[in-house]
Amino acid sequence: MIYFYMDKKFEQEVVMYRIIYNKEIAKDIYEMHILAPMVARSAKPGQFIILVIDENGERIPLTVVDTDPLAGWVSIVVQAVGHSTHKLTALKESSQIRDFAGPLGNESAFVRKSLQELKDKKIVFVGGGVGAAPVYPQVKWLSEKNIRTDVILGFKSAEYVILEKEFSALNADIHICTDDGSIGFRGLVTHKLEPILEHGHIDEVITIGPMIMMKNVSLLTKKYGVPTVASLNTLMVDGTGMCGGCRVTVGGKTLFTCVDGPEFDAHQVDFDQAMSRQGIYRDEEKHRCRLDGEMR
Amino acid sequence: MIKPRVPVSEQSPLTRKENFSEVCYGYSLEQAFEEACRCLSCKTPACVSRCPVGIDIPGFISCLKNKDLAGAYGIVSKYTSLPAVCGRVCPQEEQCESGCILGKKSEPVSIGKLERYVGDWALDNDIKPRQAKEKNGYRVAVVGSGPAGLTCAGELAAMGYEVTVFEALHEPGGVLAYGIPEFRLPKEKVVKKEIRRIEEMGVRIQTDVIIGRTLTIDELIIQEKFEAVFIGSGAGLPRFMNIKGENSKGVFSANEILTRINLMKAYSKEYDTPVRLGKRVVVVGGGNVAMDAARASLRMGCEVTIVYRRGEDELPARREEVHHAKEEGIVFNLLSNPVEIITGEDGWVKAVRCIRMELGAPDSSGRRRPVEVKGSEFEIPTDTVIMAIGTSPNPLITSVTPDIKVNSERCIVTDGECRTSKTAVYAGGDAASGAATVILAMQAGKKAAASIDLMIKNRYK
Repeated sequence: MIYFYMDKKFEQEVVMYRIIYNKEIAKDIYEMHILAPMVARSAKPGQFIILVIDENGERIPLTVVDTDPLAGWVSIVVQAVGHSTHKLTALKESSQIRDFAGPLGNESAFVRKSLQELKDKKIVFVGGGVGAAPVYPQVKWLSEKNIRTDVILGFKSAEYVILEKEFSALNADIHICTDDGSIGFRGLVTHKLEPILEHGHIDEVITIGPMIMMKNVSLLTKKYGVPTVASLNTLMVDGTGMCGGCRVTVGGKTLFTCVDGPEFDAHQVDFDQAMSRQGIYRDEEKHRCRLDGEMR
Repeated sequence: MIKPRVPVSEQSPLTRKENFSEVCYGYSLEQAFEEACRCLSCKTPACVSRCPVGIDIPGFISCLKNKDLAGAYGIVSKYTSLPAVCGRVCPQEEQCESGCILGKKSEPVSIGKLERYVGDWALDNDIKPRQAKEKNGYRVAVVGSGPAGLTCAGELAAMGYEVTVFEALHEPGGVLAYGIPEFRLPKEKVVKKEIRRIEEMGVRIQTDVIIGRTLTIDELIIQEKFEAVFIGSGAGLPRFMNIKGENSKGVFSANEILTRINLMKAYSKEYDTPVRLGKRVVVVGGGNVAMDAARASLRMGCEVTIVYRRGEDELPARREEVHHAKEEGIVFNLLSNPVEIITGEDGWVKAVRCIRMELGAPDSSGRRRPVEVKGSEFEIPTDTVIMAIGTSPNPLITSVTPDIKVNSERCIVTDGECRTSKTAVYAGGDAASGAATVILAMQAGKKAAASIDLMIKNRYK
């Protein structure tokens, strides 16, 4: 597809970043489709985007969930937790956002492997909360190549479950877990993962979700000696290697999540430090939310 | 008897440390005229040979002597597409002004302030930039909209090329937008206007496109049919010291703090991006970026200390910036170097442990090498540490374009004509040289534009 050469009309679309779909898919969790043809064409599983809502907005990194290269949209899943995510999810369909840049970060390692290599691999995905969303494009990519995977998805309760239908349509074994057992298996993802590691030969575990979940998954797979990849969602500003806010210690070395990741060898990641660093702006965010609350 | 330099008025240190408005007010017409009249119009001017883009300095100053501002701008704009920027951020004391003959007995002509006056006059009066006589229909892609990219784009557009600039961030300008603070280089008044003028020359700027990810260099050439690509992606990757505690909460790169404050406007409550600095800030480093980070933190209400491993004379920052920083009350802790960041139980920085240094024999850079004084460790209690110890070229493009050769410092290898190892791909500015100045990046952008022009003309002759 050519963007800057022939098709002037298409070119216009490139800078529009229109929201063409916005739906609350679980409590406070929204799936949004945004027109961004260049990103839709170039994004691969594992990569993320950065969006800016309006003139005063901050740069928000979000993982690419799905793309339609022909229609030119990119799907993201957003949990309304802070000032900016509330502002984003409140936007109506057909409204526009200021910026939508990507893809950023490296694609998942398996995308670069040959099908021959992947064919007989036993891969288990472990996603938690909104982290289930970035698991989806990876499982979908493998599913389209007829590679069947196990997918463990953990949620607080039934009302927080997302993308269940989408996952079910894929060539994968889906295991839903909830803390309260309101749907699927009652318990943590690690409770579901352990017997799988115990009973069969697993080549690789890929985990995306809250840091604490990834840490626990990593501790468990280390015990079983199963190689594990964690996709980190650290704080960042530019996403292109400039700010260093996303730095993380991996195997004793400082790496940048945006350009060296976002996927790392989970057994090498210093999760305690990563969790601590996620709290840098917690006070500011709380303050911001309180201010918003008063205004409402 | 040589007349002294016409002094330039500035915001007083006490006032300006509370705001982000520009420190220096610049000359008035009368002041500019008076200062211009100091120029001796040397026959073989040493100032010109020391300007990286070779501006005809006596030429434009002669016009100022006649109060012919349009004439002065006509001359300056032949050499630089960003005069209002260069007049503010060039290290003139090491370049043009160091060559001025008046400097031998008195003070050199204030060339920088005069250039700034001419540049501002053109912006304020909306003087149209030079236009290409006719479009030649050939397309060139420029990667990065910092000083190198903007200059290359402006030069090529003036020659008649159709130029598209790709910028990864949401605002064009590169270091002019994210790095240099508002109080040294105003964004609305100067940067945005200078960029708009380059757009008026027919240059298209496409933000939010990350070359190497959204589109590759090969896609630009093969699918998008650009005849040539110029890479001016800068040196944006911050360096850290690799000392204990450096990943604690409260340790930031200068890039992060400056980006939050300058580009994302975190100093204003209207903007959503937060910045957290606490009460006390220690900035590590002695360059312009360190001064910018220190002075920006000061304006956010912090007490700021600069820690630098060499002495006053070795500070790589511009004299003017050091002087301004001191006036504003920034403490300089020279000849000391951090050895450890001390972290509290809550994961936040508590103090910086430093060691005293003394200067030994000169090293490869010609500056005296700092040597640790054994047993001289001391602690500076602080809430925030900002690392401003340099940046290296961003590997984003070169890591996915293996046929572009880089050296051990990750700089793109170029020949004297700005050509890279890949056909039709040129590079310049910090991406090729490593972190340097705005004007050197502009020089490279200009040279690359000439090389690209020659290559395309040869291709279609």
